[in-house]
Amino acid sequence: MNKEWPIWEIFIRSKNGLEHRHAGSLHAADAEMAIQNARDVYTRRQEGVSLWVVESKHITASNPEKNGELFEPAADKVYRHPTFYTLPDEIKHM
Amino acid sequence: MNKEQLYQYLLLLGDNSMILGQRLGELCGHGPELETDIALTNISLDLFGQVRNYFQYAAELQGEEKTEDDVAMLRYEHQYRNTLLVEQPNTDFAYVVARQFLFDVYHQLLLNELANSTDERINAIAKKSIKEVDYHVDFSSAWLTRLGDGTEVSHEKMQLAFNNTWRFAMELFQETDIERIAKESGVGADLNKMKTAYLSKVKATLAEANLSINLDEVQQFGGKQGRHTEYMGFILAEFQYMQRAYPQMKW
Repeated sequence: MNKEWPIWEIFIRSKNGLEHRHAGSLHAADAEMAIQNARDVYTRRQEGVSLWVVESKHITASNPEKNGELFEPAADKVYRHPTFYTLPDEIKHM
Repeated sequence: MNKEQLYQYLLLLGDNSMILGQRLGELCGHGPELETDIALTNISLDLFGQVRNYFQYAAELQGEEKTEDDVAMLRYEHQYRNTLLVEQPNTDFAYVVARQFLFDVYHQLLLNELANSTDERINAIAKKSIKEVDYHVDFSSAWLTRLGDGTEVSHEKMQLAFNNTWRFAMELFQETDIERIAKESGVGADLNKMKTAYLSKVKATLAEANLSINLDEVQQFGGKQGRHTEYMGFILAEFQYMQRAYPQMKW
């Protein structure tokens, strides 16, 4: 029997209207405990208004060995960036 | 309610949270898991925050330039009004959970009563503290259920801890003269009224946790009158050390 609690990834939304962002990970026996632990470990200084927890094993990561084919081809395609538009100053979080 | 009675009532409110906060603080760096360690010390800090509010008020009532530290640190053992429950040791995590659960359920009911206090300060402190204590109840109930309804070993340990802690719970509802006066003047809570709600909540959670309770258990009293268990002197020796060794010291 594995005596270690599984690892959970914690996502926090810092305020309404923004997206949840990855904050870190922690140990917990189940989802309810993961929420409580996340509350105590990651939001004790008013970091958030909403929490998501996902058990780490459910996350599929890309293979670092494939970074070349996955990411490098994007490097020379500046036309994919919308940098040719001017944004009004009032628009935030773009 | 006169000034001295109000002062005494604030001690009855504050001392429970303070001594429990100190017990939880002892676990800092010794929690069973890093995450649980942080949770328990967070709860400790919540309790100390609430105590500061009560004792700042108590110090103002005393006048003579007394401060919250005088109220908290410079009394003798028999002048502390906390119940025996909160001074019980952190024997193991199951004992920590049992003690916390039995106190949290009481504390939540108490603050809901005090939120209607005719004393503005107590009223405001209660309203501010309720959300913190709602979380404490969630935390300790979840652990009680998880351990009680967990494996054979966790069930056995949780039941043992509960059996040895339950005998201190009814003192929370023992009405002293000060608490009767506080109730009658509208400042304080009606402990008898809270007791019914307390027992039904405790019984319901225990049923969910697959734990049994002996309602005929002989209960222990004395803390509110300043007659403490043998643990209290050791708690105070550590708690008061800095103020006794270096009077008037500041951070």
